[in-house]
Amino acid sequence: MWGKLSWAAIPLDQPIPLVASGVVIAVVVSVLALVVLKGWFPYLWREWITSVDHKRIGIMYIVLAMVMLLRGFSDAIMMRSQQALAFQSEGYLPPEHYDQIFSAHGTLMIFFVAMPFVIGLMNFVVPLQLGVRDVAFPTLNSVGFWLTATGALLVNISLLVGEFARTGWLPFPPLSELTYSPGVGVDYYLWALEISGIGTLVAAINLVTTVLKLHAPGMTYMRMPMFCWTTLASNLLIVAAFPILTATLTMLVLDRYLGFHFFTNEAGGNMMMFVNLIWAWGHPEVYILVLPAFGVFSEVVSTFSGKPLFGYRSMVAATMVICILSFTVWLHHFFTMGAGADVNAIFGILSMIIAVPTGVKVFNWLFTMYGGRIVYATPMLWSIGFMVTFVIGGMTGVLLAVPPVDFVLHNSLFLVAHFHNVIIGGVLFGAFAGYTYWFPKAFGFRLHEGLGKASFWCWITGFYVAFMPLYVLGLMGMTRRMQHYDVAAWHPWLVIAAGGAAIILLGIGLQIAQLVVSIRRRHELRDETGDPWNGRSLEWATSSPPPVFNFAVLPRIEGEEAYWGMKERASKDVILGPEPSYRDIEMPRNSATGFVCAFFATIMGFSLIWHIWWLVGVAIVGAYATFVVFAWRDRDEYVILAESVARIDRANRRARRVMLGERELVS
Amino acid sequence: MRIACRLSPLALLVLTACEPAVLDPLGPVGGAEKSILIDSLAIMLAIVLPTIAATLAFAWWFRASNRRAAYLPDWAFSGRIELVVWSIPTLVVMLLGGVAWIGSHELDPPRPLASPAPTFEVQVVSLDWKWLFIYPSQGVASVNRLVIPAGAPIRFTLTSASVMNAFFIPQLGSMIYTMNGMQTQLYLQSDTPGTFRGLSSHFSGDGFADMHFDVRAVPAERFDSWVDAARDKGPTLDVETYTALARQSTNVAPYTFRATEPGLFQQIVMQKLPPGPGPEKGRPTPDVSPRTGT
Amino acid sequence: MTAFDAASGQADPYRLGHVPVGSRPHHTLGHADRGLASKRVTTAYGFWIFLLSDMVMFSAFFATYAVLVGNTADGPSGRDLFDLSSVALETAFLLTSSFAVGLASIGARARSGTWFYGAMVATFVLGAAFLALELREFASMIARDAGPTRSAFLSAFFTLVGCHGLHITVGLLWLLTMMAQVFAKGYRADILRRMLCFSLFWHALDIVWVAIFTEVYLMGLVL
Repeated sequence: MWGKLSWAAIPLDQPIPLVASGVVIAVVVSVLALVVLKGWFPYLWREWITSVDHKRIGIMYIVLAMVMLLRGFSDAIMMRSQQALAFQSEGYLPPEHYDQIFSAHGTLMIFFVAMPFVIGLMNFVVPLQLGVRDVAFPTLNSVGFWLTATGALLVNISLLVGEFARTGWLPFPPLSELTYSPGVGVDYYLWALEISGIGTLVAAINLVTTVLKLHAPGMTYMRMPMFCWTTLASNLLIVAAFPILTATLTMLVLDRYLGFHFFTNEAGGNMMMFVNLIWAWGHPEVYILVLPAFGVFSEVVSTFSGKPLFGYRSMVAATMVICILSFTVWLHHFFTMGAGADVNAIFGILSMIIAVPTGVKVFNWLFTMYGGRIVYATPMLWSIGFMVTFVIGGMTGVLLAVPPVDFVLHNSLFLVAHFHNVIIGGVLFGAFAGYTYWFPKAFGFRLHEGLGKASFWCWITGFYVAFMPLYVLGLMGMTRRMQHYDVAAWHPWLVIAAGGAAIILLGIGLQIAQLVVSIRRRHELRDETGDPWNGRSLEWATSSPPPVFNFAVLPRIEGEEAYWGMKERASKDVILGPEPSYRDIEMPRNSATGFVCAFFATIMGFSLIWHIWWLVGVAIVGAYATFVVFAWRDRDEYVILAESVARIDRANRRARRVMLGERELVS
Repeated sequence: MRIACRLSPLALLVLTACEPAVLDPLGPVGGAEKSILIDSLAIMLAIVLPTIAATLAFAWWFRASNRRAAYLPDWAFSGRIELVVWSIPTLVVMLLGGVAWIGSHELDPPRPLASPAPTFEVQVVSLDWKWLFIYPSQGVASVNRLVIPAGAPIRFTLTSASVMNAFFIPQLGSMIYTMNGMQTQLYLQSDTPGTFRGLSSHFSGDGFADMHFDVRAVPAERFDSWVDAARDKGPTLDVETYTALARQSTNVAPYTFRATEPGLFQQIVMQKLPPGPGPEKGRPTPDVSPRTGT
Repeated sequence: MTAFDAASGQADPYRLGHVPVGSRPHHTLGHADRGLASKRVTTAYGFWIFLLSDMVMFSAFFATYAVLVGNTADGPSGRDLFDLSSVALETAFLLTSSFAVGLASIGARARSGTWFYGAMVATFVLGAAFLALELREFASMIARDAGPTRSAFLSAFFTLVGCHGLHITVGLLWLLTMMAQVFAKGYRADILRRMLCFSLFWHALDIVWVAIFTEVYLMGLVL
């Protein structure tokens, strides 16, 4: 009846996961209780869970990413403390637990922190920047989000029920085959990523179509803000790379569930094929994450320098070159396979070539600052921190792309330091910059600056203290994923690294405090104008938070930096343009399809993991029925009457008029 | 690295923490790799350091409160600067690409080392979670201890009994994967006698942390006496003892086999012998969360 | 700087060569000047992108098959197993069904019930016949101890061909749902958009099948 599931699946003998999941369950239950007792549930259901508004969905993606960041970071703290303690001792985490922790850390941070964070930002910002009312497929957008959430949920269920993979964040066979990993851990990994991978693909199809097909009139490609370009590149990469991941994981599923022989040691299986395929997805994935971050930095640096982005055409070209080249370098992840000198050299050189467009980007940000009037708001601090840190990470990356160097540093802590250097210094700093930058747009009030800056300094200091020692350890020959070790020379460096993790913890604490304090003081931090940073692109043209329809009338774009141009003209004439004639607006209706679909996906994933076949059937039928019900509805749009549009927009115009008057007084 | 340790103020604080490894190579392969590492780093630092300096300088000078700084609110394009920013990284990459191309060919793992001394053969099998070294010419084998003659090129032929691992002796240079059903090759050499550390540098399961081994590079005559001593004691390596060895275990103290069945290594590579059995508990019906069988 | 640039503060900062609005006719801005694309275009465009991603997934399976085709583990190879006459019949069914789905699209656009339902039923019958032949082939292979667990080659074969078969199965389910929708709701704009997507899907499966026919069956028998 219940497949492999029994009470033995609960790790009653292991206090750490038990206590951790106890805390998580307590938090979840108390939040749910609060929601029910306060009567918030109808509001949540109506305004968020079933919402197809790209802004709401973007925000939910980011909330998911931040919650998962806490989980992933607690794994990081455990790893760092274990390695600080495990000199000539077993530490406090036995191997079977430690191995789950580093696997879960990588999986969560890439798939359920970095991915939802950047997808959330893209979802929230891109339609606003393009001057349109929603993404191309609003309901599908909701489906994509909820499937991502399903994946995150499955990974977290593994904490209490069964185990997570003990194979690393990429489950290389044959270790991940049934022979060597008979537990359910790898199955959790596989189904969580199969399901969330579909969600990601759906989100990407949506965003590509949006960028290429939906624009306000006059918004030509070469007038799009840089963030839209990086969004396009990143989502094209998802469309081209994620199906490879799906196919590869499917093959591993077939090996594990039906006894196929894709990657097994027996019957002609070839595990190197897995390694090739997974990196054919995995390397583009790196750029899927970092390109949107580059877009954020482009917006932030330009805004806070008070200048247009330097070398826009170069930036567009560099973005698209990276997009294409990222598919030609996957082999550098396994130079040590013995593929032969020519192959290694070619892939090494191709990998280095990516450093050219990336370098161009760094220089262009540099010259964007040149001649600027740089305002040191928190997003700008993250950006400068990024530029310094990312250059170092890029340099060690190019170093690792030299095959003979990789022969001695592959899989070492040097490598770990390198990719954290680019992912924390690039992706995460970009995500935080975007979070602080667009927060007032999303909620109508700014985040507290002092706490934001304090958090930035903790993060960047903590990062250097935590990861510079890992570079040294790599040069000392320490490999990654060691549960314990007996080399005395490694020990002090690992203690320092653990200290760095503690400083980052402080930074995260300050971020939480920043959010709480900002919500409490929202009235004094209120952004009345809709344009708190003196922005340059269209998202600042509407109010904060924007009305559900974003723009009362679609703006007409007449040049690069659409909003800056409007503002310049308006401040020159010291009046806004004439009031437009408002019309009725049709907006997509809310839909529970995404949520219900994800509900069935969760059940399907869980029952596949535990071999509860009848429940799998029920879930598939349920998901199909959900789509049929969705397809059957007669009205998928509702109308906002012109009067309401006018009322909402007049408030926005009043605020603009005040801003314009103020600006005039200053000048 | 020793000099670097003295110079680096951070390292002075933890002088004890200066284990050389990759930066203190003892053989030609590691030596060449170290110099490529340092050369490449120097080439890149020549552009990275000025970039970082310029970032901080621009960020400081063009702060909004500095009224002496010029404000160029519309300056967003300069053909000359564009040319420079595209060409600098391109030139660096061309230079590094040359280094990578030559280095990849000269240091390709299966490329024999030029040496007057005859090449010495060792066959390496990674097992869960220990290393087996077979000396085909001598007909002996050892577990978790690699004894090699100093000054002679060693030709390693490697495979895996179960999952993927990587064979790595940091002070000698290049690592290489070991994979079941496949054979990889690697030439290394230790110029001087000494004892150093070897390890697996690809995660292979719960016993991974203990999967390291001693490397003893000894003068040729002492090597011969070690072989003689090995022939006197220990079991024989044949299919039966190999199968027993292939079962999962950790922390195996080094020991030797007095004799080896000829062609055993090829049988492992050709998958004539079954792969390592994996965790014993919970089979054949898999458990929920099998603990490590030790 | 022209007087206009100085006045507007928009000095074509990126040197894109765009002469400011007003001094040049609008149409030089290209298609994006028109603003939002129609729903029909957007839907078809998005579905095309989905199909591209699906092709990428198939290409991963194709690549895997190409790598593993020789790894028969002393078991049967394609030459021992494939029956070209049955496969040729499958191909004929599928290609004809693509023609039928084309007719159904035309019928739907012309709002002709006879053509639409007739052609859709024909598509279904042909697709189901294709699927039946494929399943018969699979069953006979498994009966001859040449199932997917026999060797890496057979794993790759069953996965590649089976993945296409799974797509056909989903397509048949979609086809029935489509017919039911038209029956219940008529030829509404959103339903016609779905019909467009369905026919794109069905044609794409044809293209995949041609590739399978070539790489798996023809090359398997010749090489």
